[in-house]
Amino acid sequence: MASTSTSVQTPGRSVWDGGVSPMGASYGKLMMWFFLLSDAFTFSALLITYGLVRSAHPGYDGPIDDYVFSPAYWPVPEKVFDAIPFFHGLEAPLVFVGIMTFILIMSSVTMVLAVEAGHRMDRAAVEKWMLWTIVGGLTFLGCQAWEWTHFIVGTGTPTIIDGVEVFGANLVQNQYGPPDFADFFFFITGFHGFHVFSGVCLNFLIYYNTVTGVYDRRGHYEMVEKVGLYWHFVDLVWVFVFTFFYLV
Amino acid sequence: MASHSHEPKVTVLPPDKAKIKKLWTVALILLLITILEFIIAFTVPHEYETSRVTIFILMTIVKAAYIVGEFMHLRHEAKVLIWSILIPMVFVIWMLVAFVYEGMAIFNTRL
Repeated sequence: MASTSTSVQTPGRSVWDGGVSPMGASYGKLMMWFFLLSDAFTFSALLITYGLVRSAHPGYDGPIDDYVFSPAYWPVPEKVFDAIPFFHGLEAPLVFVGIMTFILIMSSVTMVLAVEAGHRMDRAAVEKWMLWTIVGGLTFLGCQAWEWTHFIVGTGTPTIIDGVEVFGANLVQNQYGPPDFADFFFFITGFHGFHVFSGVCLNFLIYYNTVTGVYDRRGHYEMVEKVGLYWHFVDLVWVFVFTFFYLV
Repeated sequence: MASHSHEPKVTVLPPDKAKIKKLWTVALILLLITILEFIIAFTVPHEYETSRVTIFILMTIVKAAYIVGEFMHLRHEAKVLIWSILIPMVFVIWMLVAFVYEGMAIFNTRL
């Protein structure tokens, strides 16, 4: 019996000669990893292009207290994203995006707890944690919808651009700074938000399959793990978006 | 009730207390780093832009390492898998350096 476990180690044979899984992971899990790697390249390309366009624009040099919106320089993000729902007119820089970050990190925790419960074949616990993850994802999407609405509609005093009052932002006009800033905001947070949306759909599918006992019959909860990888990746991307779009 | 006869007999294992505690510790670390980022964002003045950016990037990398290593479990996978995911990131670093350099060149040309 001992000889069966050592047979792959015999001289002249490597783990790549077949018969064993060299990466110690199932096909599905590996494919999820390599899909996420390619997705990481897509997000990197978006964020790095933001870096290129930003460094091609002049920054704001003056004292931060005298800051006003102008298309002449790249905006200071904490001056753009300083509103929170139900408190109109209150200046709370980056507080709302901080809440969104907290929500997404927490939903990542509940997801990893669902994966842990899946390892133990604990259907009730998987159901509980998957539901919390879905609630977290939907809350994040709701926050993002509010933030987009606020960004598009605009607030406070309008910025005068070429003699025209500009409120809010779209793909060609931007109250807060150069039009490129709004374009990147829509593309980067939009692409991330779409990932969150797909993640919520996948999470719901997993929840549904758990409730109907699909994974109990299959004998393992590996699907929870695979979709969990995707969900953590969405959280990971947000960590980078948060730093490079909101903080820096 | 007939469908219940097809239900397999499932043995549910008790929760792994040590593992769950570790996951919550990682969550706590992530939250603390985020809070620290906020404190730096509002206490360190904008005149120290370079040090601000450096600190933010370092903290982001630490957070990313915890998410990928612990939540996505990569730290505990086979070495080949770890390197297959990490080595391609060299291209991202190269792209970052090349594009930001290019951006600064555009800035100087426009002056």
